[in-house]
Amino acid sequence: MQEIRIPICSDTDIVAARKLGREMGTKLGFSSSELTLIATAISEIARNMVTYAHDGVISFAAVGTTNKRGLLIVAEDKGPGIADLSLALQDGYSTSKSLGLGLPGAKRLMDEFEIDSKPGVGTVIKMIKWNRRQ
Amino acid sequence: MPVPILKQGALLIATLQDALTDKDWLDFQFELTKLVGVHRSTGVILDLTVLDVLDSFATKSLRTIAEMVKLRGARAIVVGIHPDVAFTMVQLGLTLHGIETGLDLEDGISLMKHPTEFRSH
Ligand SMILES: Nc1ncnc2c1ncn2[C@@H]1O[C@H](COP(=O)(O)OP(=O)(O)O)[C@@H](O)[C@H]1O
Ligand SMILES: [Mg+2]
Repeated sequence: MQEIRIPICSDTDIVAARKLGREMGTKLGFSSSELTLIATAISEIARNMVTYAHDGVISFAAVGTTNKRGLLIVAEDKGPGIADLSLALQDGYSTSKSLGLGLPGAKRLMDEFEIDSKPGVGTVIKMIKWNRRQ
Repeated sequence: MPVPILKQGALLIATLQDALTDKDWLDFQFELTKLVGVHRSTGVILDLTVLDVLDSFATKSLRTIAEMVKLRGARAIVVGIHPDVAFTMVQLGLTLHGIETGLDLEDGISLMKHPTEFRSH
């Protein structure tokens, strides 16, 4: 399966990104509840891009081997970055009076979650959901 | 896409459509609280049956809507949260706080016939 990239600049792109994630996940054979977990994690990460970094790109790719397949989602932006990552990953921490559950929540919804952020440079989030039904 | 809001007697029934954008959520919030006054509605049912994702933004919007409806003197009941969505919300750490919920539209309508005191929240 080819890598697919989608630019994220507005709230309509957030909806498009989670639809795309669902499509990719369906092709990889994920269950409906796993697809919902994936779509919700995408929604949180994409919304952060629009809110804090103005825009960015999300890419989707199939990873793993024939007996262990997964969906890799990479979200990249050139926004202001996050100064204190451990703080940003705490439940309820928000700089926008929002719920502060996006980053910690997405981490819980996915199987692997990596975040790399430099103030003034941008943020890169890599997350993977593995398909357990194979 | 705007959310259709139907008047049925003293109730307003809002059936959310597939994938609301952030702007749709805000428009919906103001339209609904306005209509509560226009129709002097005593209850509002928010039917989320078709929603396949309820993220933190949508949850916060729902809480705001329910609170605004309450401040306008009406009761709000959320119905139709899909099992997969409920599962995801719990994993994410999202709650609807004190918002009343029902299984589906039918359940919501029958709940509206009973005083709030019948259910503890
Ligand atoms: N892509 C990003 N660029 C810059 N800052 C971000 C980004 N994503 C998240 N943040 C920061 O991390 C905080 C926590 O994010 P999150 O858990 O999604 O909560 P919320 O969005 O509700 O504030 C945000 O308030 C923001 O300060
Ligand atoms: Mg967020």
